[in-house]
Amino acid sequence: MTLTLNVNGKTCAVEADAETPLLYALRNDLGLVGTRYGCGLGQCGACTVIIDGKAVQSCDVPLSAAAGKQISTVEALCSDTSLHPLQKAFIAEQAAQCGYCASGILMAAKALLDTNSNPSDADIRNALERNLCRCGTHSRIMRAVKRAAKELRGER
Amino acid sequence: MAQANTPAPARKLPGSLDTNRRLDRWLSINPDGTVTLVTGKVEIGQGILTALIQMTAEELDIDVSRIRLKPASTAFSPDEGITSGSRSIQESGLALRHAAAEARDLLLARAAQKLGVTLESLTVKDGVISARGGGSATYWELATPDLLAREASFDVSAKLPQEHVVVGTSLERIDIPDKISGKPSFVQDMKLPGTLHGRVCRPLGPKATLQAIDVKEVEQMPGVVAVVRDGSFLGVVAEREEQAIRAERRLARLAQWTLGPALPANDPRQLLTLQAEAETEVISSKGNPDTGGAKQLSAEYTKPYIAHASLAPSCAVAQWEGGKVRIWTHSQGIYPLRGDMAQVLGLPEDHIIITHAEGAGCYGHNAADDVTLDAVLLARAVPGRPVRVQWMREDEFGWEPFSSPMVMKLNASLDDQGNIVNWGHELWSHAHSTRPGGRGGVNLLAAWHLEKPLPAAKPGNPPLPGGGSHRNAIPLYDFPNQKVTNHLIRRSPLRTSALRALGGFANAFAIECFMDELAEAAGADPVEFRLRHLKDGRAKAVIERVAQMAAWKPKEKGDGERGRGIGFARYKNLAAYIAVIAEVKIEEEVRLTKLWGAVDVGQAINPDGVINQIEGGMIQSASMALKERIDFDRATVTTRTWDDYPILRFTEVPEIEVALINRPEAPPVGAGEGTQGPVAAAIGNAIHNALGARLRDMPFTRDRIVAALSA
Ligand code: FES
Ligand code: FES
Repeated sequence: MTLTLNVNGKTCAVEADAETPLLYALRNDLGLVGTRYGCGLGQCGACTVIIDGKAVQSCDVPLSAAAGKQISTVEALCSDTSLHPLQKAFIAEQAAQCGYCASGILMAAKALLDTNSNPSDADIRNALERNLCRCGTHSRIMRAVKRAAKELRGER
Repeated sequence: MAQANTPAPARKLPGSLDTNRRLDRWLSINPDGTVTLVTGKVEIGQGILTALIQMTAEELDIDVSRIRLKPASTAFSPDEGITSGSRSIQESGLALRHAAAEARDLLLARAAQKLGVTLESLTVKDGVISARGGGSATYWELATPDLLAREASFDVSAKLPQEHVVVGTSLERIDIPDKISGKPSFVQDMKLPGTLHGRVCRPLGPKATLQAIDVKEVEQMPGVVAVVRDGSFLGVVAEREEQAIRAERRLARLAQWTLGPALPANDPRQLLTLQAEAETEVISSKGNPDTGGAKQLSAEYTKPYIAHASLAPSCAVAQWEGGKVRIWTHSQGIYPLRGDMAQVLGLPEDHIIITHAEGAGCYGHNAADDVTLDAVLLARAVPGRPVRVQWMREDEFGWEPFSSPMVMKLNASLDDQGNIVNWGHELWSHAHSTRPGGRGGVNLLAAWHLEKPLPAAKPGNPPLPGGGSHRNAIPLYDFPNQKVTNHLIRRSPLRTSALRALGGFANAFAIECFMDELAEAAGADPVEFRLRHLKDGRAKAVIERVAQMAAWKPKEKGDGERGRGIGFARYKNLAAYIAVIAEVKIEEEVRLTKLWGAVDVGQAINPDGVINQIEGGMIQSASMALKERIDFDRATVTTRTWDDYPILRFTEVPEIEVALINRPEAPPVGAGEGTQGPVAAAIGNAIHNALGARLRDMPFTRDRIVAALSA
C-alpha cells in the first residue's frame, strides 16, 4: 500500500506494507541511510530519529504509526551551508571512533537540547541512556553535547 | 681462513614495503595536484587512515588536503594481510613513510635536472620545488607514470622526528564529518542499482544439521526472489529488506534441525578438564622455578567467553556477473578472505574481486568475513543482481567468533624483605586466531554448513613474542626465578578467535591482580611494589605518571564503599606501555567512578587520535570486566540481544583522564589494544581495596561480590 510520510519537512510517498518498520523505509525508500540498524529491537539507539519532537527508535515504529507525523533524521541537522552546532561540536571534540552510533546519538542529543538549553551531566547521560556506543566514545560525546548547548545559548 | 659462502642476510625495507616493494603500489602523484595513497590496511574506527595521511604528507612536504585515499581492493592494493594487532602504523605507516620519502627524492632529482641546478639548492613547499637561485617546478608537472614504476631502494631515509611538522599534531580525523552528517559511510549504506536483500536462517546450534524443510510457502511470500538451500545453509533473497527478514523468520519456523553434540557447562574451568588434549609448552623459564621463600601465595583467575558485539551487525554486498563475483566487505583481511573464498567457490582467485568498505568498529575477528560468504552464496542464485546481506542482531551475538574463555593459575614466593623471588604462571585457553587464511581448511561459517562442507582450518595461536593465548603471559617485572606455561586447547565447543588483545586481556588481568595480592602479603604499597620489581624506565614512567595524576596515596585503604586500584602492562611486552588507576564505588553494583590512564606509544603520530583510542579501549575493557559474558545452554548460544548482553551505558561510564607521554625519538606503535588487561586489573584491585574481597573471575557482577563478601 502507499503511505504518506512527512520526513525532514517534505512529504513523501512510500510503497510498502503498513507494518514495515520506519527504519527500512527511511534507508531503502528515501535513501536516508544516516539512520542505522543496530538491533531492530529498540535496544541500541542506532536508528534514533525525532518524531513530533521526541527521540524515538525508528526500528520500533511501524509505518502505519509514523504516517502523518513530523519525522526528522540526522540528514536534516545541517543546512546546505552550515553544520548544526551539535555536529560542529562533535568535530571539535572528535567525538567518534567508528561513528556508527553517531547519527542516533546526535538525534537523541538534539531532542534534549530542543527542550533543555543548559543540561547538566546527569541530564545528558539520561537523555543518551538508550543509545549504545561500543567504541567507548562516551566522554567525548558528553563534552560535545555540552559544547553545543553552550553555542546554542550564544555563549562561546 | 675460509670465506663463509652464506650470502649476507637480505636487507629489510620498512614495514610492509618489504613484501610489496613497488612504489606505485602505494602512491601515485597526479597531474591535478593530488596524491593518491593506497594501503592494504583498513579503517575500523581507529583513525588509521588519518594517521597514514599524516605520515605520507610529512615525507612528501605537501598539504594533507592533497591526499586522496583509494579503498583497499584485491584489484590493486598491496597485500598487507590483516588489519589487526595494532600493527598498522608499524606496517603500512612505515611503508608509506619510506615510499613517500623515496618519491620526494625522485621528484627532487628530476627537478634538479630540469632546472639545471644542484639538489642542495632545492627546497619543497606543498609540492612546489624551488631553486635557491630562482626557477621552480611542481610535483604535478614532474611526475609521470614511470616515476614510481620501480622498486623501493634502500638509499633514502625518512625525516628525523625533530623535523616533523605534520606528524605529531592532532589532525582532525578525515572521516568524521561524513559520519556525523548521515552520509553513506559504511558498507551497510551501500546501494547499487537493483540491490536485493538477503538473510540467512542459521542452524539451531553450532553443529546442528538441517533435516527437512518445505520452502514452497516461503517462495510465495511477497517480494521473495529466491530461497537458497545447500546442505544446512538456508537463506532467502527478497526485493525489500523487511521482506527478506519476514521470509527468514518463516524459514526458521519451518526448518527442522538435528542437534549436534551437547555443549558443556558454561564455566571457563571446563578448560581444565581438557588437559589430555592440551599442547603444553613452557614459554619462559628463569633460575630455579622451585625456589621457596618466606611466604608462598597462589591464586586462580578466569575470564568467560565474551563477544566483539560491534554496534553494527556485519554486512556485505556481492554481485555475480559471468562467472565472476564482485564483493564489498568490511573484512579486516581482503586477501586472506579471497583465498578462502576461492576454495569454497572453486574459482581462481582473480575471478573474485574484493573491495573494502568500512563497517562499524569490530575490535577483532567478528562476523565480517562470514557474512561476506553468505552474500556471495545468496547472490549466486540471482546472477547480475547485487545482494546485500546484513546479519540480524540475534545472528551476530549467536554466531560471531567469541574471545576464548581462559584460566590462569599464578603462584609466587616472597622473601623476608617482601620481594618476589619466584613467579609461576600457567594458563589454559582455546585458540585466538581462526581468521580466513588458515592452513588446511576454510574459516568461513557457511562453508561448514554446505552439502559438501569444507573443513575448518586448524585454529591458530600467533607465536611469541606477540603471542596469542600467551600474549602478555611473561611478566615484564624482573623476578630472579620464574616459569610460565601455556596450555593450548585448540578444539573449542564454541568458535573462538581474535578479540582486542587476545590472551593479553586475561593474562595481564591475572598478573596485575596477583601483584596486588602479593603487595598486600608483603605489607607494601601496590605502586611502590610494582616499581621495585621493574627495571624498564618507560614502564616505571607510566606508573609514576598515573599515580601522580590520581594523587595516589600510598597504602590508602578503601572505606568499605570506595576504593582505588592500579594495573599496568606493556602490550605484547613490546608495544605501548599503559598504566591505569580505577576508582570504584560499591552500591547495588560496582560503580566505576573514574579511570586515569598514562600511556607511552613511542612517537605519537596523532596525539588526540591515540588518546581517543585509549579512552575507548578503557571504557570497553571496563565494560567487559564488569558485565560481559556469553551464555549458552546445552544446545546453543542463548545470548542474542543487548538485553542478554548489557554493556556500559552513558549513565554508567566513568569519568576518564588520559595522559600521553610522547617520545618522538621512539618508534611509533599502535594504541588500540593495550588497555584491556590493565583496566580489568585496576578495577579488580579497586574492588578489593574498597571491600577487602577479591574477585578473581570476570565479570565482576553483583552476585560475585555478594559471594566474595560472604566467603
Ligand atoms: S536498531 Fe533500533 S534501537 Fe537498535
Ligand atoms: S563510535 Fe563506534 S559505536 Fe560509537
